[in-house]
Order: sequence, then C-alpha cells, then structure tokens
Amino acid sequence: MLPQALTIWFETQGWTLHPHQTAMLARARDPSALLIAPTGGGKTLAGFLPTLAELGPAPPPGLHTLYISPLKALTADIRRNLRTPIEGAGLPLRVEDRTGDTTYTQRRRQRADPPHILLTTPESLALLLSYEDAPRMFAGLQRVIIDEIHALAENKRGDQLMLQIARLATLCPGLRRIGLSATVEDPPALAAFLGAGTQIHLADPSPDPDIAMLVTDAPPPWSGGGGKYAIPAILAEVARHQTTLIFHNTRAQAEIFFHNLWLANTDDLPIGIHHGSLSREQRERVEAAMTAGSLRAVVCTGSLDLGIDWGAVDLVIQVGAPKNVKRLVQRIGRANHRYNAPSKALLVPANRFEVVECQAALEAVRAHDLDGEPRGPGPRDVLCQHLLATACAAPFDADALFTEVLQAGPYSTLTRPEFDDCLDFVATGGYALRAYDKWQRLLLRAGKWQLRDPRAAAVLRQNLGTIIDTETLKVRLRRQMGGLALGEIEESFAATLSPGDTFLIGGQVVRYEGLNEMTVEVTRAPSKNPRVAVFSGSKFATSTLLTQRILEIFQSPSWPDLPRHTAEWLTLQREISQLPQPGRLLIESFPHDGREHLCIYGFAGRNGQQTLGLLLTKVMETRGLAPLGFVASDYATLIWGLDPVSDAAPLLDLAPLREGLEGWLAGNAVMKRGFRNVAIIAGLIERNNQGSRKSGRQATFSSDILYDTLLKYDPDHLLLQITRTEAMRGMVDFSRIEALLTKVEGRIDTRRLTRPSPLSAPLLLEPGVVPIWGEGRERMAADAARELLRAAGLD
Amino acid sequence: MLSFTFGPTNLTALASGALLWPAESLLCVSDLHLGKSERMARRGGSLLPPYETRATLEKLDLDLERTGARRVICLGDSFDDLAAAEGLDEEARLWLTRLMAGRHWVWIEGNHDPGPVDLGGAHRAEMTLGPLIFRHEGGGMGLEISGHYHPKASLAGRGARPCFLIGKSRLILPAYGAYTGGLRAEHPRFDALIGPGARAVLTGPTPLLIPRPRRS
Repeated sequence: MLPQALTIWFETQGWTLHPHQTAMLARARDPSALLIAPTGGGKTLAGFLPTLAELGPAPPPGLHTLYISPLKALTADIRRNLRTPIEGAGLPLRVEDRTGDTTYTQRRRQRADPPHILLTTPESLALLLSYEDAPRMFAGLQRVIIDEIHALAENKRGDQLMLQIARLATLCPGLRRIGLSATVEDPPALAAFLGAGTQIHLADPSPDPDIAMLVTDAPPPWSGGGGKYAIPAILAEVARHQTTLIFHNTRAQAEIFFHNLWLANTDDLPIGIHHGSLSREQRERVEAAMTAGSLRAVVCTGSLDLGIDWGAVDLVIQVGAPKNVKRLVQRIGRANHRYNAPSKALLVPANRFEVVECQAALEAVRAHDLDGEPRGPGPRDVLCQHLLATACAAPFDADALFTEVLQAGPYSTLTRPEFDDCLDFVATGGYALRAYDKWQRLLLRAGKWQLRDPRAAAVLRQNLGTIIDTETLKVRLRRQMGGLALGEIEESFAATLSPGDTFLIGGQVVRYEGLNEMTVEVTRAPSKNPRVAVFSGSKFATSTLLTQRILEIFQSPSWPDLPRHTAEWLTLQREISQLPQPGRLLIESFPHDGREHLCIYGFAGRNGQQTLGLLLTKVMETRGLAPLGFVASDYATLIWGLDPVSDAAPLLDLAPLREGLEGWLAGNAVMKRGFRNVAIIAGLIERNNQGSRKSGRQATFSSDILYDTLLKYDPDHLLLQITRTEAMRGMVDFSRIEALLTKVEGRIDTRRLTRPSPLSAPLLLEPGVVPIWGEGRERMAADAARELLRAAGLD
Repeated sequence: MLSFTFGPTNLTALASGALLWPAESLLCVSDLHLGKSERMARRGGSLLPPYETRATLEKLDLDLERTGARRVICLGDSFDDLAAAEGLDEEARLWLTRLMAGRHWVWIEGNHDPGPVDLGGAHRAEMTLGPLIFRHEGGGMGLEISGHYHPKASLAGRGARPCFLIGKSRLILPAYGAYTGGLRAEHPRFDALIGPGARAVLTGPTPLLIPRPRRS
C-alpha cells in the first residue's frame, strides 16, 4: 500500500490514480512487468508507485530502485517530477541522477553511499557495473525501471542494457524489472526482449487522433523533399494553434525548411529549430523557450521524438512521408500530452508519390496497424564489449557468464559456440593465421578469465557504450574573442567546403571562412543558394507495412480519397502502362533524352532499391549492356544506359545477384563504415577522440586499413561476419530484395513504352544519382590533378 | 611511376610509396613500422589483426622484384620498437633475410628504433650518397630525403592517401608500413620544413602529382 502521507498528499492535490497505475501497484511483486501506455498516461509514476509504497515513511538505507532512461535530459526531468510528491508527502527519500554530466565528487559519493532511487542511462550503468565495487553498490537493489524501452529496443543500446540487467539479476537475486513503453506493434516481442516470463499490462488506449492530410491550393511537386510548397498553409496552421511541432525526417530537410519558413514568416511568429547537430546551448535555449511557452512552433527532427512533456503543444505537423507508422503515432502523441485527450496532427506529403504514402499512413493509423521490422538476435559486437566490461569488474567463469547472458532477452537464443567465438575474440583477437601467444588480452587463471594487464581497465571503461558518433567539427562564428557556437557538421562535409561557400546551420546562412584547429569558422552571410550540410545515415527506408498498403491503394478501381491531381496521375499510369501489384514485379523500359531507361518497381525501401541498383548495373556491365548510372527511391530503381534492354527478367535471377553482392560488398564504403562501428563496439579500436586528432599525431590510422587487411588475410573473422550480417539488414538491406524476389518467383511484368510513364517521371528528377565508373574514376582524378598543377603554374 | 628532378638527381615516386633512384639502382622506403600490432598488444591495448608485417613485406618484395634495385635504404622507424624487431616471427625473419641477400642494405635509425637490430645490413644514424643526404627526421642541412611525418593528402573527394612532399631542398617520404596513419600535407608543421611552391605525389593505383595542399 502507499504510505498514508502520500495518499493524503494525492488527495489534497485532487489526484486520482489511473487504472493502470493501480494495477502496477497491485502486481508489484511480479518478477518482470511491461506497461504499455499512450504518451501522457502517467507511465513513469506508475513505474515508481510500488517503490514509494515499499520504501514507506522510514526507508532503510541502500539502493532500492534503479531507473534507466534513454535521455540524460529525461533523468533530470524525472528527478524534478518525483520530488514534488516525495517532498509534498514529506517522505525521507534520496533521489539522485547519475549521467555523464554528474560531478566527480558526487559520483564517488554515490558509489560509497548510494541513494534510494538512482536515475541513470544505459551508458552510465555500464560504467558502474565495470567497477570492482559494483556488487557492494548494487547490494539490496529491488527494482529496475526501464523507461521508453520501445526506443531502446530498436538499437544496440537496448541490447547492451539487457546484458547489464542480466548481470544485475545475478548480483541482486530477486531483482524485479519493469519496462515502460509507448504503443508498439508487437507487445509480446518487447516483453521477450525484457526477459522470459514478463507480464504485459496494457493501459487504456488514448482516443483516436484527429489526423488528416494538409490540403494545399498548389499540388505538391513531382519529386524532392522538404515541403516548401506548403509553407503558406503551414504558417496559417501555426497561427491558428497555440504551439506546433513541425517534424522532418532529416536534419538537412529541417534546415532548408526552417530557412524558407523564416523567409515567408511575415507575421514574425516566434519559431525555433531543434535537431541533434545543433550545439547544446542552442538546443537548450529552444527547450527553455518551449517550456516558458514563448514559441509558437519548433521545426524539429527525431531529437524531439522522446523527452520532456510540453503540455501546450496542440498540433503536430509531419512534413514528408512518415516512412514508418509506429514513429508517426509516437510523434502524434507529442500533441496534447494529456491523458485521454485526442491528439491533432497533419501530414504534409513532400511530393506526388508521398501523397499516396501519406494516405496509406493515415489508413494504417486509423486501423491501429503498426509496423516494425524484427531486429534479429542480439548483435555479437555488443556481447564482446560486455565480456570486456565484465572482466574489468572481476575475473569471471565462462560457464556461469554464458548462463547469465542467456537470461538477456536479445541473447536468449545465443549458442555456446557463438559465445565462445566472442570470448576467443576478446581474449586472443580470434585470428585464424597468427596468434598473440604472449600478449592475450584476457587470460584463463584458476578457471576464471581475467585481464592480463589490469591497467587496461581504465581505457576499456573510457570506451564503453554503443553510441558511435560520426566525426564532426564544431562550427563557430569568427570573432576575436571566440564566437558563438552554432552546432556541428560532419567532417566529410567540411572537407568539401572552400572559403566563400555558404551553408545552412541552425536556420542561418553562414559563409565558410576557414578551419582553425578543429573548429569551422564562419561569418553570417545572406545568400540565395546556400548549400545544405549532409548528415549521413539519417535517411529512413519506408517500412514493409507502408509499402504493402501503398500497393493495395494502387489496386483500387478509383481513388476518391486522394487529392484529384494524384488520382489523375495514377489513372494515367494505368492507361499508359500498369500499376505495380503485390506479389508481382513491374519493370518498364523506355527511351528518354537520348538514353535507354529501365525502371524496376521493387518497393523494397530506399536502401534495398539502392543495393538492387548497384547489383543490377554490375550484372548489366558483365553482359555488355553498358549502364551509365542509376537512381533509387523507396519504391523503384531507375537505370539508364546506351542500349535498350529487351528482356530484363533474366537480370533478376537471385543467384547471380547474390554472387555480385559478395564481391561488391567487400570493397564497399557502406561496409567500411559498418565495420568501424562494429570494431569500436567490440573493442578492436578505440574511439577516435578529439584529443589525439587535435595534437596532429600521426599515430592513429583509419579503420579502413584494418578492414582491408582482415578481408585479405582473415575473411571469416568474427568482426567481418558481424559487419556482413548487419549490412544485409541495414544500409544494404539485401534481405528485402531477397524477400521480394522469392515472393515474386519470376512473375515479372515487363512493359516497353515509347516515353517515361507517369510513375517513373518523378525518378527522372530524383537527386542522388549514382554514376557507374570503374577505370573512369582514376582517369577523372588524373585530369583533376593536371588541372590543379596548371592553375598553380607547376606543370 | 612518376619521375621528377630533385636537385641534380632524377628520382621516381612509386605508387606504393617507395622512392627509386634509378641511376644508383637504389630503393628507399620509410616508416615500415614492422611489428606494430605486436607492440600494441604487448602494452595491453587491443589485439589488431597481426598481419601488417606480412602485408608490408609483400609490398616491399614486389617493389624490389619490379625495380630490380641493388641497394635499399630503410629510412627509420622500420620497426615499431626495438623489442618488435626482436619479436619478429621466424617467417618474417627469413623473408627479410631473403630480400637482403645480394643487396646493399642500410637501416637508418628512427625515433622508434634508435639502435642496431640483429638482422644484418648496415646501421647508420644518417647517410650521404652523392649529392643526397638520407635521415629519418627532416629539417637538417643539405639536399635531404627523410620520412617520420607520414604525410597524407586527399584529392577530389577521394579519401586521404599517403603522399610524397617535394620541396626545393627537402623531400619527405610517405609511410610505407601497412598500419600507419598520417599527418595532413596542409598541416602548418610542413610550411617551414618543405618551403613554398612544394608539390605532393599521392600514392594509390597510379601516383598523382599535385601542388602541396595549403590551409585556407
């Protein structure tokens, strides 16, 4: 039961518990529980009520409850929110947070004398568990609460966290776990992630959202993103509502949109921008202004998907097709963050095709049909890091640790040979051709694995965590005394800038002046055509569920629900060619602009279609079909070349494509980037820290060199296996191509047309063309070198 | 292969990062850093793929075969440290012995390998041959060929590659070893060292001559 003081305090506040909060209190003794509740449903309090009840008015010393959230900002917010009832009821409880920002003295004190409730992040928990005194610090821990577990379960942070919880369960027998989640498509899968035997509690669903497509006078353009055409209509909506969140899928699009929005904002409505590449000060200023209610709108990206409740938000606008229904529903929940109030949202398709996708998304939201791609078993690079971290704390027994790891949901199907491969890798490097006989990292002594050199623990601790940052450079205004920090851009983008180039950051146009140490110096400079910083890896692929729904929409005899311009476009496609069908593959070929084109409607998502383009052009080259380039979207790949392809069907044989994949993957930049991440997480290379880059030492070398070496001498090495597995699902996404071609089973419709079809037309305008060149690359570089020498007068 | 004049001599930059002096049948390589992965492991760091010695020797073997050079100068930091030189495995030792057989071979000392190694050949702090002086770290008198800095440069969107830096009186070689990072050719440290009007030769499938990149 709740302490009397707390019940009284609730009554004086006029608070009554929601049914799911009472339920969590009643089932407090369950060893593992998952609460799924809509945003604004008081989830977090539901998670903490049993703790407050158990600790009561005279709590014994020691750590009782550990709370883990994906965001640092959220832990601070929860601490403030918990304080209100605890102080209101006069309970003598210590609640503290611990993140990367916690001071050294406070961290030391927390380890010696832990609070009753500790709020932290997966990364800080990894660190705490890697210390020798972890068993003492966590002794007596009763409950662990994982907030926003749906977000953590989507990536390696969640996998790592589950390994840590398994560790905690060993240290603290009887530990109970509680997961708190927003609405998800597959509650049992999330429950299994949290651990075997997890009980699911579903809170009452929130009322259906008030959601529609934003109808504008001007039809959306044929291709491109950004939704610039809708700016007047969006500004009118902002003026009509109190506070609007305007979501974009990429940071680059948010930047362009904000820039254009500001140019059109003649009423001077206070509007801010928020995304992950802006400086912390910039973001905090926007967040503070939001909390104070002084902003009418914020243009944002996924950086605002989670986080602090802003009760005043009464409209969410999603610009660009949502790509994924689950994320859309969670974003919509950001509006009217109050229990039992419907959220209001508008979808703004950025181009003609996205009109259909937005319609498909609307129908899916109304049908409560959520998507999600199963992630597969827990990645082994994370396990490698966990083994090293465990060895930092104390020597371990391999059999016992294997049994423990199986308790972590994502690793429940791990086999002993897979575990042993990881152990072999961290201990010996796991190399086939040559071994480090004398210099193993872990040694087996008296039946337990331990660090050969205990001093290595300090460096290993510094490298804990699964978040890999891309290499970025800070951007500052050039001033005598050090100017204002604006944000960060990726190093690869900075490398393409020359002095005088202008680009957008934080909604401002700035002029690149030069590089000073590791900072990009800029000045403010109005310019009509600024460049947009490229942020790699921020493009989502449209989910399988949405592409299926789009194909279904294509099958209807007419489209009364779609705007007229879009319905007419689809009708025209049906007359001139045909619309793609589920379970079949449509391929059109046509001449255009002096080139022969081939359009393959695979609906396999952007990454999958991109991979298909790379593989098909490779096959075409070997057959002398001279492809010149291709471009891919979420729905189709368009390839052009000199000769017409009369029969495209044989090109789509799975076996040769698979073969091409093996060869192509090896030298691919995507693989190298993936390998770098895997190698950092698994502990093969240390994070490139700013310090060593700044000193200009020539000691660090790129992970590409290690990748090339491994590929040449040890192609079956564990880290290469992991990299390949991830690429197949992620950036390369060959799994979707495979699924498609298996389902189609040769049911391929080829249409020869005299000109581009209506459906293929947008692809002709799509940016991101990939030229095909082999030898040409070296030749072009030689030309560039000659030109540079001539210009410098050195030839 | 890319030929250029340096003082009174005609030299050739190989795509591999080696320097050839055809008139003397001399091949010069710098910063092999053999045994680097071994040294990192010994110090309790990560266990890098232990194949860099093999990769570097394969490359050197090929260059010697192609050029038929009779003299070799290794310009320092040939070994990642002296213990790494002693720790070379039997295969690498035999390989090196085979490459050295019948050739005039000089090990110049570097900061990583500041003493003699037990592998035959001559050991020198620096060496003068005709008009040229060979030393590990550049910045001294004379028409100088050095290594040490591992210069690298990039061009037209390609990743950075190790490069030669060619000034009026100083020539800096790229690192030849497999596991070697680099210092950007535009780094201010090279300004005084290599002087104005310097050129760079990028290594890669074909060597490319460009003006030395400068800081904006």
